[in-house]
Amino acid sequence: MSASTQIIQHKKVFEVSRARRTFTGIAELLIGLFILIVFAFTLPASVTTRFVMTPGGIDVGQMADWVLPSQLALIILASICILVGLFAFIRGYGRWTNAALGACSLFLVFSFLIWQAAGKSLNLGGMLSSAVMLAVPITLGAFSGILAERSGIINIAIEGMMLMSSMVAALTGSIMHNPWLGLLGGVLSAMLLALIHGVLSIKFKVNQTISGTVINIFSAGMTAFISQKFLQHNEAINNPPMFSRIQIPGLANIPFIGPILFNTNLFVYLMLVILIVLQVALFQTRWGLRLRSVGEHPKAADTLGINVIRTRYMGILLSGLVAGIGGAFFTLGSVGRFDEGMTAGKGFIGLAAMIFGNWNPIGALGAGLLFGFADAIGSKLSLLGSAIPPQFMAMAPYLITMIVLAGFIGKGQAPAAEGIPYEKE
Amino acid sequence: MGAALKTSQNTQTDFSQEVINALNHEPPTEGPHKKSFWSTISIPLLAIFTGLLVGAILIAVTSPEVYAAFGESIGKGFITAFRQIGTAYQALFTGSLGDPVRIFNALRMGDAKEIRMAINPFLESLVQATPYIFTGLAVALGFRSGLFNIGVEGQLFIGAACATYVGYAIKGLPPYIHMPLALLAGAAGGAFWGFIPGLLKAKTGGHEVINTIMLNWIAFRLTEWLLSGPMTREGSGGMPISPIIEKSAQIPQFFQSPIRFHLGFFIALATAWLIWWLLFKTTWGLNLRTVGTNPRAAKYAGLNTTNSIIVAMSLSGALAGLAGANQILAVNHSMALGLSSGYGYDSIALALIGNNHPVGVILSSLLFGTLRNGATRMMVVSGIPIDIVDVIQAIILMFVAAPAIIRAIYHIKQPKKEEETVFLSGWGGK
Repeated sequence: MSASTQIIQHKKVFEVSRARRTFTGIAELLIGLFILIVFAFTLPASVTTRFVMTPGGIDVGQMADWVLPSQLALIILASICILVGLFAFIRGYGRWTNAALGACSLFLVFSFLIWQAAGKSLNLGGMLSSAVMLAVPITLGAFSGILAERSGIINIAIEGMMLMSSMVAALTGSIMHNPWLGLLGGVLSAMLLALIHGVLSIKFKVNQTISGTVINIFSAGMTAFISQKFLQHNEAINNPPMFSRIQIPGLANIPFIGPILFNTNLFVYLMLVILIVLQVALFQTRWGLRLRSVGEHPKAADTLGINVIRTRYMGILLSGLVAGIGGAFFTLGSVGRFDEGMTAGKGFIGLAAMIFGNWNPIGALGAGLLFGFADAIGSKLSLLGSAIPPQFMAMAPYLITMIVLAGFIGKGQAPAAEGIPYEKE
Repeated sequence: MGAALKTSQNTQTDFSQEVINALNHEPPTEGPHKKSFWSTISIPLLAIFTGLLVGAILIAVTSPEVYAAFGESIGKGFITAFRQIGTAYQALFTGSLGDPVRIFNALRMGDAKEIRMAINPFLESLVQATPYIFTGLAVALGFRSGLFNIGVEGQLFIGAACATYVGYAIKGLPPYIHMPLALLAGAAGGAFWGFIPGLLKAKTGGHEVINTIMLNWIAFRLTEWLLSGPMTREGSGGMPISPIIEKSAQIPQFFQSPIRFHLGFFIALATAWLIWWLLFKTTWGLNLRTVGTNPRAAKYAGLNTTNSIIVAMSLSGALAGLAGANQILAVNHSMALGLSSGYGYDSIALALIGNNHPVGVILSSLLFGTLRNGATRMMVVSGIPIDIVDVIQAIILMFVAAPAIIRAIYHIKQPKKEEETVFLSGWGGK
């Protein structure tokens, strides 16, 4: 793919075709009607939904429960969706087309919650708080992917790096009795794997998907081997101290938002810090411009005196660093011990979040939160005794990814030179 | 891959040349006259040897006894290390191929039952290799057509679920109809699960790597729901396990239990032959391989790449489905969630080691089946976790994928012409 076609595609992003306008309009109308017919009209008028707004076990930043008349709230949400859909037909939203559709999808999810919890109480604060926690490894995985792929290296080894890091973090954390050293150990192990991936794909020009698969198989085998040989017989080396909840003074007192974002785990803060650093570094600094140019058009970058090989090694090593933090989250931030295969495909979902977020840190965070939210809904709804099997709720993120990838919300833009080893001529 | 970069930047005149090359010449990977037999197999063999060597080092390094012995003296340490490795690999060998002494004695005594029991470890290795042959063919077929099917695991589960359903829900059929029908149902289920990412790739460009990974997770959840809901065994109390399939649906085993050697192994060999014939002896196969090695040339030659992507993914899925069906109908006889020990992921390594050729797939399946079977015995004898096989497989795959490392270690000269590699692109599917 040459540079000129890239530019053409960039222009296309902001031009919304008539067909897409009609399509999103119809989708918004259908969402509205769906809320109205399936949710609103199946409820008796007198029922209320109670949302508890503070996660359990937190005493600062409390907020009163939110009680909604279920049917009325649903009718209002449905009307907004229908109005949004009608406006899409009349005027269109230009570059906000996706945002409008996104808002309607959000309303659909919210309506679903009102409907499911009608006549009961649902801890919305707790649900969002656990959604953020569940989003941490996915989002960090996506950041890891962005760092590698912006420099032109496909990294499907994120899963393997996270798994290795989670095991090493538990091991070093337990032996040293220090979560920080555990984190360091985990991160170093993931960076070592990243280095192997880098050497294989940059120096030896191995197909990057295959070298990623090597790392994944190796990690799965190695962690299971060490776990069975040592960790399972010896609880003392699989019992790392965990990072405790950190309360940010002042911010933690904000109602609703405070308990969810500012009175939580170290890894959530790390995720937010990496988000800001990455977003600024990628798009506002010379470093970021160089990294991206190597991923888009290495030959041009080389001509301008950028060291392509070194930049790519830097990209993949930083990718390993972030994946390592994501992996350490499992043992040091969430569970407190290592279990075989505990990353459970979160690295792969992180990759999906990266594509979903269009190789953009903020987009990746949004996608990660969405996946985390879908996970959290699943577990909460089974507590509410929902008729929908939890397995189907668990499928939702994967289905959404496939639909998005199929181009319903516009095609993502992968770095052009990704997957192609660079050969100096 | 370097070639791909160059072609993308060259002018159109080169494309016509490429088309002619692609159509007139067989890809250099085949044709024994172009490459000597030794140079084809030397890299995989050395990779396997090095993988086993790394495994041996891992066994020694993770053994507390070795450290204790090194504490006494260096010589003692080495002796203990070699003894540990020796015991472990001896168990690996006898567990997968049989104990030579026992086989010799059994042959001398002439007792048929004892002979069978003595060679059972070998037969069991064949049983273990059977699903690998199917899944390896699935991945290899994908690679040959330029597709990376990581979704074999999910396709295997869907195929197994379909075969299980036909196996227990339909009653009263004669075995010669019921068994093939259940096998076909498995193939159809897998084919459908492969068809979806194929269609998405062909029509929207959605990359099959992400789509098949997503479909894997959907397949796991779906089968979990099926097995604990609509397809659950009566009286299982919501445990995810299916009813036992009818006797008429079972793939027959040749000997009495505990020998599990069954007809499925030969079905797998026949399937491998069929895939070989399709790929290398039909026009369809040539077109498919052209799409795989050089999609742009294929497009210029007027080949229907859209169709071949969909057909290749479906066929690949069908093979994966057969693997699942085979395990249900021949070995397990009912479906539970622990059906696969990662066949889908292992088969990626396996197909690459076998050079994506059906014969290579059979050989590397035999290797993987043997390793896995022997590792079970090794775990019993020396307490070494079976997962060491994964580590060895990863090392082997690494060396096969990066032959330059092997050449550097063993000082082998590089062949004049680089092999043509399969064409795999970024997420955009360009």
